[in-house]
Amino acid sequence: MTDWLSPAEWDALRLSLRVSFWATFASLPLGLFVAHALARWRFPGHGLLNGLVHLPLVLPPVVTGYLLLLTFGRRGWVGQWLDEWFGIVFAFRWTGAALAAAIMAFPLMARAIRLSIEAVDPRLEEAAGSLGASRPWTWTTVTLPLILPGVIAGAILAFAKAMGEFGATITFVSNIPGQTQTLPSAIYAFLQVPGGEPAAARLVLVSIAVAMTALILSEWLARRLARRVAGR
Amino acid sequence: MSVSVALAHDFGGFSVDLAFEVPAGVTVLFGPSGSGKSTVLNAVAGLLRPDRARIAVDGTVLTDTGARVFLPPHRRRLGVVFQDGRLFPHLTVRQNLRYGRWFAPRAERATSEAAVVEMLGIGALLDRAPATLSGGERQRVAIGRALLAEPRLILADEPLSALDADRKAEILPYLERLRDELRVPMLYVSHAAAEVARIATTVVMLKAGRITRIGPPSEVMADPALAWRGRDVGAVIEATVARHHADGVTELVAGGLPLFLPTLAAEPGDHLRLRIAAADVLLARGRPEGLSALNMLPGTVESLHENGAVVLVRLATAAGPILSRITARSARELGVVPGAELTAIVKSLSHAREDVGTPMH
Repeated sequence: MTDWLSPAEWDALRLSLRVSFWATFASLPLGLFVAHALARWRFPGHGLLNGLVHLPLVLPPVVTGYLLLLTFGRRGWVGQWLDEWFGIVFAFRWTGAALAAAIMAFPLMARAIRLSIEAVDPRLEEAAGSLGASRPWTWTTVTLPLILPGVIAGAILAFAKAMGEFGATITFVSNIPGQTQTLPSAIYAFLQVPGGEPAAARLVLVSIAVAMTALILSEWLARRLARRVAGR
Repeated sequence: MSVSVALAHDFGGFSVDLAFEVPAGVTVLFGPSGSGKSTVLNAVAGLLRPDRARIAVDGTVLTDTGARVFLPPHRRRLGVVFQDGRLFPHLTVRQNLRYGRWFAPRAERATSEAAVVEMLGIGALLDRAPATLSGGERQRVAIGRALLAEPRLILADEPLSALDADRKAEILPYLERLRDELRVPMLYVSHAAAEVARIATTVVMLKAGRITRIGPPSEVMADPALAWRGRDVGAVIEATVARHHADGVTELVAGGLPLFLPTLAAEPGDHLRLRIAAADVLLARGRPEGLSALNMLPGTVESLHENGAVVLVRLATAAGPILSRITARSARELGVVPGAELTAIVKSLSHAREDVGTPMH
């Protein structure tokens, strides 16, 4: 089985899984917060935040990648500050690939969570309050369980999107085998060299398998949870 | 144990300005839609920040705009029973019941879960999901959930209005048991006279954001000024079950006067409340003979309330005040004036089921 993919191909797959996992996992809290803010709060700048969240969806990925390079690169104002104070470097590291994937996947995640929050009857939260539950308790015991199917669906969607992210990643962190060469980057690289097609084809199959598994898993989980939440 | 509410709030075009203090028991806020009932309830629950208000339950101040006191809803310790139940769909009935208990101070968890489950008859439902319950079952669980949160006061916002007549008849006895057995004070919003007659200890009648009458139901509900309620106008009297007759009729006694009803599931000696709709009461001079009606209550005309071609007559009888709705023409021909001696004839079989209170032993 391990012989089927070359070490370089395995590296790309492993890196992609790691990048996608962290991209999803780390952006989940922010995704919940932003989705909640957009769904429930009215504040000045509501439209602006909404636009900002969805921007990566409509912007050319290469633009997003370039903007990331400008801000989080070694010389970028945020990147410089993070490097000086925390020793965190994004540029040309796998962490940078995770950041790019997270930003590209964020609209999908936030949107799925926001829709599920909007589907929760606020009067149930009012009822929880009347029974003595403070806001945080109401959120953890009523809101969160009710939106869980949406959160999981959003997370898996974001994971799948992160697995496929190419444009912003290659612009921001380049295509360094073993460090920033994710599955799509590797496929791209194999297609650039003569005789690389078989390797590319294998990785294409892997990509399809991962994406399909993620979709089926999310459907199954969401349906199971929706049944439980609806109390059947 | 008492509830005091003083409240003024301007919604722009509609304002509420009222104050009342009521003893323990069930206080029904009664009035048509838009009379301010829900405003009062929301202000007590902390879901509305009134312009000016002082609200206290049993000495604990919940809202006092003068002293800048405003307890957030979750710290008011009130059990709210909503019109639509609002059970948590992701929790079982048992988990729903225990939800509020979790937040109640440990020292005050006096209400026994087993007793509440037994009283509401929901023992067989504990492992079910709310989605599988009927409307009536859902409301019973909602009442239990509110009770088990150890509330200072229960707020019920038209808890029966979403149910059909059969389901209402199913729940009302439980509300009566609540009032009589647990003695939890309750603020109950309703626009149905039959409910008021059955469960109220005190009635606060509202109209356009102001209190029009306040007092025990036998007084307030027999007020002819209630003419705006149409068929709902009616007197409430207290009666005691005397005996069951073999022909399927139950004899009751109210103020020494016999009353006859189709057999009731009650024991001799039980007390119950009867609501007699004004539209079901005829008036006669003297004591008429040869009538199919069994129930006749002699009395004296106290007051008349004219409303176009219809007159509401309030008759003082030994059983309590009785209301009769007759035409202005009959009133003239019969010589109905204050002080006149007349007999109220009640069509005995026309008592609606929900008008008869559940017996209290």
